[in-house]
Amino acid sequence: MDRSVYIHIPFCHEICHYCDFAKMYYNRELADQYLDNLNKEMKLYIGEQKISPQTIYIGGGTPTSLNEQQLESLFETIHQYIHVDQTREFTIEANPGEFEEGHVKLMREYGVNRVSLGVQVLDDEFLKMLNRIHGVNDVYQTVNLLQQHDLTNISMDFIYALPDQSIEHFKRTLNLALDFDLPHYSAYALQIEPRTVFHMRHQQGKLHKPKEEDEAEMLWMLMDMMEKNGKHHYEISNYAEKGFESQHNLTYWSNEEYYAFGAGAHGYLDASRYVNLRPVNHYNQALEQGEKPVLHRDKVSLKEKIEEEMFLGLRRKEGVMDGIFKAKYGLSFYDLYKKEIKRLTQKGWIVDSGNQIYLTNEGLMFGNEVFASFLLDEQLYKQVFS
Amino acid sequence: MAIKKENVRNFSIIAHIDHGKSTLADRILEKTKALTDREMKEQFLDAMDLERERGITIKLNAVQLKYGANNGDDYLFHLIDTPGHVDFTYEVSRSLAACEGALLVVDAAQGIEAQTLANVYLALDNDLEIIPVINKIDLPGADVERVKQEIEDVIGIDADDAILASAKDGVGIDEILERIVTDIPAPSGKSENPTKALIFDSLYDSYRGVIAYICVKEGSLKVGDEIKMMQTDKTFQVSDLGVFTPNPVSKEELTVGDVGFLTASIKNVGDSRVGDTITLAKQPAEEPLPGYKRLNPMVYCGLFPVESDNYNDLREALERLELNDSSLQYEAETSQALGFGFRCGFLGLLHMEIIQERIEREFNIELITTAPSVIYEVELTTDEVINIENPSLMPEGKNVKEVREPFVQATIMVPSDFIGPVMEICEKKRGNYVDMQYLDEHRVNIVYDIPLSEIVYDFFDQLKSQTKGYASFDYELSGYRASNLVKMDILLNGETIDALSFIVHRDFAFHRGKQIAEKLKDLIPRQQFEVPVQATIGNKVIARSTIKAMRKNVLSKCYGGDISRKRKLLEKQKEGKKRMKMVGKVEIPQEAFMSVLEMNDD
Repeated sequence: MDRSVYIHIPFCHEICHYCDFAKMYYNRELADQYLDNLNKEMKLYIGEQKISPQTIYIGGGTPTSLNEQQLESLFETIHQYIHVDQTREFTIEANPGEFEEGHVKLMREYGVNRVSLGVQVLDDEFLKMLNRIHGVNDVYQTVNLLQQHDLTNISMDFIYALPDQSIEHFKRTLNLALDFDLPHYSAYALQIEPRTVFHMRHQQGKLHKPKEEDEAEMLWMLMDMMEKNGKHHYEISNYAEKGFESQHNLTYWSNEEYYAFGAGAHGYLDASRYVNLRPVNHYNQALEQGEKPVLHRDKVSLKEKIEEEMFLGLRRKEGVMDGIFKAKYGLSFYDLYKKEIKRLTQKGWIVDSGNQIYLTNEGLMFGNEVFASFLLDEQLYKQVFS
Repeated sequence: MAIKKENVRNFSIIAHIDHGKSTLADRILEKTKALTDREMKEQFLDAMDLERERGITIKLNAVQLKYGANNGDDYLFHLIDTPGHVDFTYEVSRSLAACEGALLVVDAAQGIEAQTLANVYLALDNDLEIIPVINKIDLPGADVERVKQEIEDVIGIDADDAILASAKDGVGIDEILERIVTDIPAPSGKSENPTKALIFDSLYDSYRGVIAYICVKEGSLKVGDEIKMMQTDKTFQVSDLGVFTPNPVSKEELTVGDVGFLTASIKNVGDSRVGDTITLAKQPAEEPLPGYKRLNPMVYCGLFPVESDNYNDLREALERLELNDSSLQYEAETSQALGFGFRCGFLGLLHMEIIQERIEREFNIELITTAPSVIYEVELTTDEVINIENPSLMPEGKNVKEVREPFVQATIMVPSDFIGPVMEICEKKRGNYVDMQYLDEHRVNIVYDIPLSEIVYDFFDQLKSQTKGYASFDYELSGYRASNLVKMDILLNGETIDALSFIVHRDFAFHRGKQIAEKLKDLIPRQQFEVPVQATIGNKVIARSTIKAMRKNVLSKCYGGDISRKRKLLEKQKEGKKRMKMVGKVEIPQEAFMSVLEMNDD
């Protein structure tokens, strides 16, 4: 199997107040140019020989901001370089209420088999505060539309710990969300990022995040409610019915390489992590000159690769298996992390079964503390590897 | 050397920060062709990075210049730079001792500032000829007549023939050079007398050993001479002599009036003390030159390396700095909270900051600094009197008869609009009114007797903000007085953190205790468990707060495959932990140890 593929569509009809991904207001001509350049970029990396990745993921921005013609051209490009019929999971991100039946038909026609809906919260007031383009009703209509066309592998994204959000409020959203009984849900705590409207409001003291206690309470509640409804917690922010885990996201956590195409996209190829030029016109310029639109590329050292294997792997409920680790690196992770594993086990943050370690729910609450423990001490690393 | 001793002029420049001393020095260097244009970088004398950044002169520098005067003779000038800030009075007195005259530079718009005044008095004490220069006459706010009047009223010297200059535009520079020739006397020593050379600064070079900056007051020195240090009686052979033009240039001989450098394979820093007199071993002078007005440290704080492995490096750094800054004092200190470090004494707060920054920058040692403290005199019930410079060592109340604290006479010069706010601050800081004089219609000199500890606390900041930066300020120790002082301890998770103890007036204790408990609650990050913060006097808790337990720390966001960002976040978290000190079970960030200082009284 070839490496997974991520494609970024940076256009949006409205910019959300919390978003710090590469994005810009939709503009038809610019989107046309962009799609041409996306094709050029894929050619530079893939060439004439089609690849057969296990997963494709179109993210944004908002992929559904494209009109039908553009969406079709995007799908054509994908089929030009990829054997989509051999792809196990082909996801597109979509905004409720932003697309019509025509979009859905195209998705079906070109092999999309999973739709991830950016729902965020089920309350019109809150949606407005986030500057989302849709309302609660749009969500119902969109789910209906997709299901009518047999696109039933639907996921919903939520954000919690929103400004002035109470635990009760989040519970209402969760209950409504679970009423859809979809196979997959994601939920992220709001992160206030630089260069966003929320960040500015936060700096000015006009935005009030819930207390850390409440945020923790929300996460406990979320885990509990998902589990009770048969959506098992397979990664820190992801819940799914058996067999419906997002294969694409799992490639990230399994520390595997992946292609990334599009402005501001992050990829991992030939032992290097890279990020593309973020402003769309810079991205376009590079490709029009026949160059790869890479802003920055970093070789991942063996030490970093091992650290990432651990702190990404531990995000998955199943954690990290020593057998796989040994096969990849030729030594046991106990050789490197014996002391840390013992310390974290004693704290009750991880379980060590002798050949596998994984987070407990308590440990998940303090995930960053656990992950940081797997950054290697320079001296120890040299000792083991000399 | 073709130039006669009679044609030598040694002088320095006295000016307040920002009144244009460095620019003036540069113009003088240009006019005397000391530097080629290529070498001429802005403000040549301020060589240390730190000085350039802060716009102040810390270390002295001496430059030799040749000047062809209007009378047809060639003259040799030595320009000896002086620091402008009050904390460096010691260094100023050192450089003034090497001179016969001084240019007093006053800003035409701002007039005389308190710190300038202190240095002018030092110069007058040293019997120097003073040439007033009114600078920045090009400024729109310039008021030459008022400034002249002020120089006469405040300093008591004749300002009629003050030079009007604009160093920026090169105005008045020629007149300054001529007046140096005509007004400042030549050095008075005689070349045939037994040699006396004053060491006014020194630095250490790993190849050449100590490099002493000297001013030859009597007789002469030659390469190869056997010299003797009059304080230590140690002898050395001169290996190199020279002057700064401003680049160092070696000479065979330095004679009366010369200012330059000397090396003599002096390996031990202590053998070449600043202020000592060098003479010849064969024909020694009978009396050394008078030393300097020695200043004692007024402010103390603990310096601890963040990495305990750096303790020895820190000691070496302090040894190096002490070499040309004998006002810096230090001794080993052990803190339960911070481990091994040093208790250091400084002339003032700026001096303290500069030393800390130099250690961090020049020696690459990360420091944790405890809040500054003054020296308290404690009379015990046994009638014994001890000095306490570390608050955590204050004896228990039942053994103490009386605690005395240092007071300073603070002179605040301020536009008359601000009399009210300034007096309010002084009163709030437990000050006693001493005097108030109008310097002219617009400006007053307010004198208060204030406990030094209040000045150390946040006096500067308050004065600045309440007077919109117009106040200038100087202080000198006025003596010790009994005060109702108590030691306040801070407990985290039930354990006393010695490095956080401080001494406070009983009347303010409750308020300060409450403030610091609140402040620490915000500064110390949440831990895995709840941490009570208590402020206590004796065993009595007077304020408390609680650092809540951490409940959640996990990044759920996906970042669309941006793993580097996740990594950076984790690395930052780990790095942050490293910079914290683990005391008992609690991790304390560096800022917490300074928190006693930085509180807003609102």
